[in-house]
Amino acid sequence: MSTGTTKLDVVVSDVVPVNDLVTRFHFRRRDGELLPTFSGGAHVVVEMRDGERTRLNPYSLMGSPLDTREYTISVRRDDVGRGGSLFMHRNVRPGMEMVVSYPVNLFSLDLRAKKHLMLAGGIGITPFMAQTAQLAAEGGNFELHYTCRTASLGTYADVLRERYDRRVRLYHDDLDERIELDRLLSTQPLGTHLYVCGPAGMINWVRDRAASFGWPSETVHFEHFAAPQPGLPFDVTLAVSGKTIRVDEQQSLLEAIEAAGVDPPYLCRGGVCGQCETNVVSYDGKFIHNDHWLSEEEHRSGKKIMPCVSRFEGRSLVLER
Amino acid sequence: MGITFRKETFRDDFTFKNSPEHIRRFPFPFHEDAYMYAVNIEPHVVGPKGSVLENLIDVDEHYVAEMQDRALVLAEDPLRCQSLPHMTLAGWDLLELLMEQQALGYPEHFTLTRDGDRWRWINRPLGIDDTFTFGDTSTLPYGPMEYITRQSQGDFCILDQRDGNLWMDAGMVTTQADWSLDFDIGMNFFEWHAPVPLAHEKGIFVRALKFLTNIQQGKPARRLNWTMTINPRLDTSPENYHKWGPDRATVTPENVGDKVHLRVELQSFWRLPRSNGIVFPIRCYLIKMDELVTQPKWARRLHRVIRDLPDELANYKGLTRFRPTLVEWLSKLDDGSATSPGFGPD
Repeated sequence: MSTGTTKLDVVVSDVVPVNDLVTRFHFRRRDGELLPTFSGGAHVVVEMRDGERTRLNPYSLMGSPLDTREYTISVRRDDVGRGGSLFMHRNVRPGMEMVVSYPVNLFSLDLRAKKHLMLAGGIGITPFMAQTAQLAAEGGNFELHYTCRTASLGTYADVLRERYDRRVRLYHDDLDERIELDRLLSTQPLGTHLYVCGPAGMINWVRDRAASFGWPSETVHFEHFAAPQPGLPFDVTLAVSGKTIRVDEQQSLLEAIEAAGVDPPYLCRGGVCGQCETNVVSYDGKFIHNDHWLSEEEHRSGKKIMPCVSRFEGRSLVLER
Repeated sequence: MGITFRKETFRDDFTFKNSPEHIRRFPFPFHEDAYMYAVNIEPHVVGPKGSVLENLIDVDEHYVAEMQDRALVLAEDPLRCQSLPHMTLAGWDLLELLMEQQALGYPEHFTLTRDGDRWRWINRPLGIDDTFTFGDTSTLPYGPMEYITRQSQGDFCILDQRDGNLWMDAGMVTTQADWSLDFDIGMNFFEWHAPVPLAHEKGIFVRALKFLTNIQQGKPARRLNWTMTINPRLDTSPENYHKWGPDRATVTPENVGDKVHLRVELQSFWRLPRSNGIVFPIRCYLIKMDELVTQPKWARRLHRVIRDLPDELANYKGLTRFRPTLVEWLSKLDDGSATSPGFGPD
């Protein structure tokens, strides 16, 4: 077994188109038992058997943590991505047997917060679906600001408004509605924690503004899974296992290592958790670091790489794997 | 069949003893003839039948007496059990874990029945039969953590995970090797480990924290730690140092076998599902030298470990005062022959 988590044998119990871009998938355990309990903000890694390839993509659990009869995820179709979301949309049907990981939470609520201020952009709404359900059940104090392109692409906006009414504020790009971030950040009660999930630009904007308003970094939480970016093919030597492999344009370095039968540990596959950190033995070329785990100093050192999201261009790369 | 629970004490007349079967299952912590810190963490999976790892939460012949000793400690000092306000959810997580594991491992002694959030818990050794609503604190006589840890052997620290660190934000600590929950409550991983010598320089805590913050649900881990205690006293807390500290000066060549105890902690680490916290059970096992040396391999090995222990470690573990007397006593049981690899007796 290659991962840091235990696997769950599940069956797809339902597939529900939500709008033009997003489809929701429901999973139940094949043995009929309850699924493991999880906390709001957790994700699972979904294994996709796509012909010869195995794709492993993380998706936030969006159901209520109080209901573990099924797990639900929502997948936004990415027509120019590496194909995981297209596989989910085109190939996954009710009744299909699949494997998902145990839940892992890298975007946990800070339960000390007097108030939870949540900012979502687009499909970044999914972890907040579970977190709001968890908080609502405990009488927690939260406020959700959700920005989407158009009303018809506002995934679950209607559900959230119905559940939480005025605790949810919606903003539509096509109507030029914008989150009044500065006003929000300057008018929160003491003890408020801020959570943001959405496109990288939004996360950076919110973090920068929060810092300039003096929010302590411990009160600013963000979910920032980088999807592995396609790039030029490159060759890698794995020193420990004595193999030389080629990383294709559409493949991540981690996927290429796994395809060669070497199993580094992983949890998030998005450059966040640090599990697959790999030592560089030698190199001649240039790293393209895309992770949020290593420090800038480590990026410059040429001694480490996160194979889940980072790539390489150059003549030779030898890794301690 | 079930376990025959001993009637015994961990204070005053110190009648604590291990039965012959419990001597053989003692978790002897040295796999070689020397000891140095290491990040000796491994997956917490079920081990051989008849070992302390037969069940992931071990219940043994000392269960009832230990729970009685805990009640005495709490009556004198309620601050041994604390839970910061944001840790109640983690307390429910722990209650579920301990009830499930004890009922699974020892169905003749414990039964858990669930009907949605209506739960019934039967603890036969302690004569408890309670029905309550999971998640509703008002339906239990104590908070969820205190309720279940008054019925579970070992200390329990619940660590909140945030900002890439772990925080000691709740716990039940009455069987500790000279540390204080009341002092450490609210501290982070580096703060509460600050007094440990040598390990910081070796970068052990940085690596250990990285490992622990990545512990996954359904994949607990464990390690062993050890020290020595004079008399079989569970509560060797800083708060009660005046009661047990002077005992170290009472060791003589005549009473080593009866007074000096090896104290082993089986520490495990579990991700809690609802709170995303970590629970850290610290289960204490005691064995007196007379019992330990009934296994000749353990006698030879312990002699070599204690004799060669670096002074800083001996000091930190509080062995300095009686170490020469103990080493002299053990040396008579060490003929210099080789010891077999591994922890177990021959």
